[in-house]
Amino acid sequence: MAGSAAPARPFASIGGTLELLREYMIVVCVVVLFLVLTFTSDTFLTSTNLLNVLQQVAPVGIVAFALTFLLIVGEFDLSSGALFVLTGVLAAKLEPSLGTWGALGAATLAALAGGIINGLLVAYARINSFVCTLATSLMIAGLSNVITKGFLLNVTDPGFFALGSNKLLGVKYSIWILVVAALACGFVLSRTKFGRWLYAVGGNPEAARLSGINVRRMKVAAFAFSGLAAGIGGAIVVSRTATGQAGNGIDVVFGAFAAVVVGGTSVMGGRGAIWRTALGILFLALITNGFNLLQVEPVYQSIIQGAIILTAVAIDSLSRRAT
Amino acid sequence: MRARGAACAVRGISKRYGAAVALDDVSLEVAPGEIHALVGENGAGKSTLGKIVAGAITPDAGEILVDGEPVAYRAPRDAIRHGIGLIEQEFALAPDLSVLDNVFLGVELGSHGLVDRGEQRERFSELAERIGFRERSSAPVRTLRTADQQKVEILRQLVRDSRLIVMDEPTAALTRDEADRLLQITRELRDDGVTVIYVSHILGDVLALCDTVTVLKDGRRVRTAPAAEETTDSLVTAMLGRSLDVAFPTPSPPPADARVVLSVRGLSHPPAFDDISFDVRAGEIVGLAGLVGSGRTEIARAIFGADPADGAVEIEGRTLRSRSPRASIRRGLALLPESRKDQGLVMVRPLTENVTMAHVGAVSRRGVLAKRREQRVVGEALRSVDARAASTSMPVSSLSGGNQQKAALAKWLVRTPRLLLADEPTRGIDVGAKRAIYDLIHGLAADGLGVLLISSELGEVLGLAHRVIALRAGRIVGEYSGDEAQEETIMRAVFGSV
Repeated sequence: MAGSAAPARPFASIGGTLELLREYMIVVCVVVLFLVLTFTSDTFLTSTNLLNVLQQVAPVGIVAFALTFLLIVGEFDLSSGALFVLTGVLAAKLEPSLGTWGALGAATLAALAGGIINGLLVAYARINSFVCTLATSLMIAGLSNVITKGFLLNVTDPGFFALGSNKLLGVKYSIWILVVAALACGFVLSRTKFGRWLYAVGGNPEAARLSGINVRRMKVAAFAFSGLAAGIGGAIVVSRTATGQAGNGIDVVFGAFAAVVVGGTSVMGGRGAIWRTALGILFLALITNGFNLLQVEPVYQSIIQGAIILTAVAIDSLSRRAT
Repeated sequence: MRARGAACAVRGISKRYGAAVALDDVSLEVAPGEIHALVGENGAGKSTLGKIVAGAITPDAGEILVDGEPVAYRAPRDAIRHGIGLIEQEFALAPDLSVLDNVFLGVELGSHGLVDRGEQRERFSELAERIGFRERSSAPVRTLRTADQQKVEILRQLVRDSRLIVMDEPTAALTRDEADRLLQITRELRDDGVTVIYVSHILGDVLALCDTVTVLKDGRRVRTAPAAEETTDSLVTAMLGRSLDVAFPTPSPPPADARVVLSVRGLSHPPAFDDISFDVRAGEIVGLAGLVGSGRTEIARAIFGADPADGAVEIEGRTLRSRSPRASIRRGLALLPESRKDQGLVMVRPLTENVTMAHVGAVSRRGVLAKRREQRVVGEALRSVDARAASTSMPVSSLSGGNQQKAALAKWLVRTPRLLLADEPTRGIDVGAKRAIYDLIHGLAADGLGVLLISSELGEVLGLAHRVIALRAGRIVGEYSGDEAQEETIMRAVFGSV
């Protein structure tokens, strides 16, 4: 019976192993790393350290969840880093006139609008999403520079720190937002019609279209969400630092992308999950944390992160070829 | 001068994919200079065996001998070095390179890393002459028709002086006359001393072409015998282990005055098709017969709203205003597309998701999936098409071709449609699954569905349809029902030799 599938998959026996590796590698990695750090560092397994880790990854994590949606639907968003920065700059700029929450809200909505524009360009003008968001990324970064005129925008109102620093039940708002975002995104992907359609569009756009799914609308929605997430992440960061600075934080998209692919979401669309991205974020955060605790030079961190991404993508690509 | 064809033998070959056994201890001898057919149902292991001989798949156990010497391939290029070539169902051509570059890919003539184009062109025209290839050598392969692309594959084997060529379903994508031409070329290859292993579903071709036929079933060799001693019936019996009496269900009488479900008026999208008008009644199966390129698929897609077209489409008397797959589905249209892999299914997603894909709304409440209801609905749909799967959470790519096609059909039975557009519903599936699909289509019509059936196999159209519409170059050239629907009449119409 399976023999008829066989001729098309010459490497299936290797593929089977790779597939299993792709499925659960991230779980094993996180557990192993967690145990190693627990035993090699005295300070690792303390609530202060762990909460600190979560708080640091909250902005990039939220961006990564949105990026997971985009990869599943078969697209990519390079501009979320630029939108992330723009949000901070705009919030700092608008704070004197709109107040804390008004400024943060308006800046986040601007990021959402940027995401929608990306989506419209990709879905309706049919521009390759990589090229499109590279171009809009340059424009958005430029806009941030125009707004700051090259200076740091400092916010002096102490109330501005609320989103980034205030706590609920002893845990910072940003961590709560991260957790709620993870649960909500996971629910949407695995339990809703919308999520089901995202997978279908990413897995085979033509089959999705012939099944009556509005492929373009799904893509616009995924881009819109990416913009919104970049806005929320940017808002958290700016309210932590109270400084709007063009160019600072634009690389958040690389960290987010790394977390998504390390988690095992396919760069070729149609496969992936939020729990994977959550573990991917955790994994990369633990590596950074471990390096810091064990006092390894930070310069090596990026080399290792790069190697990890390559490994993850290679496994995805090999297992995809085998199926 | 061409070397004599290679003799090839395999001994005790086994190949497993996970739990599934593709080949189980198969031994086989192929004599030099013969055309040796491998036949069997889908999943019998014939393609796997062909690919193992050509080095594209590594067996788990067993040995391969070429001219009596054991060989070990680690990659297809090792097989090429032994003079063994493979022409796969999906061509391995570089679409943007020219014909010439493709033919000489990897074996460029010349020295010191420089390509001698003059010498290549000379050799090319000599070989092109031999197999009757008439396209320009500078044309990008992408621009060629399928049949010509296949000739490029054959030229590539000739340039490499292949002594044994494995052809996997070589006529699958060809029209009848192109296929006949290919059979002729294959005979000429044999006459030049090349050994050919010919993997095919089409038993008529096998019997007309091959010297020896090996029948495989469930990964084992049933028998090898001279083609002269076999008949279609004896091969089918050997493949199935039982005799397949009739290929088609007994037709129920066409509905006399049933209501018109689909009415197409002046549907046009030149040059693909022009001024197409016809009706389909409830319970009626209407066949669209025509050559590849006659506009059959394009018409079905236009009716479904997948591609734009002028003209009107009415469902049960009401004109479809907005023309999109979504609007069509809402009005009770269903399209079983030509290629289940590219258009019908999302191969990486689980069976469940594929079955409910077009009707996620029916298994969710306010956008949230009702998983238990979904499982029930999927179970019912799969049972109604008799699809077998170990688990509905496995990717649909893990199913056999026949079960994939049943899944692609089950997808439209979650909500009973009014009209089914079935485009090549049995392409690339085995005899047993074909019969099952015929029964299903027949059963759906008996339940009052209208069916528009498209097939390259005229026998299929004649066997199933109450009425046949013949197409030629995008226009309706005849309509036949009852006794008028004869193979010869329709062939004349579609070929334009009335």
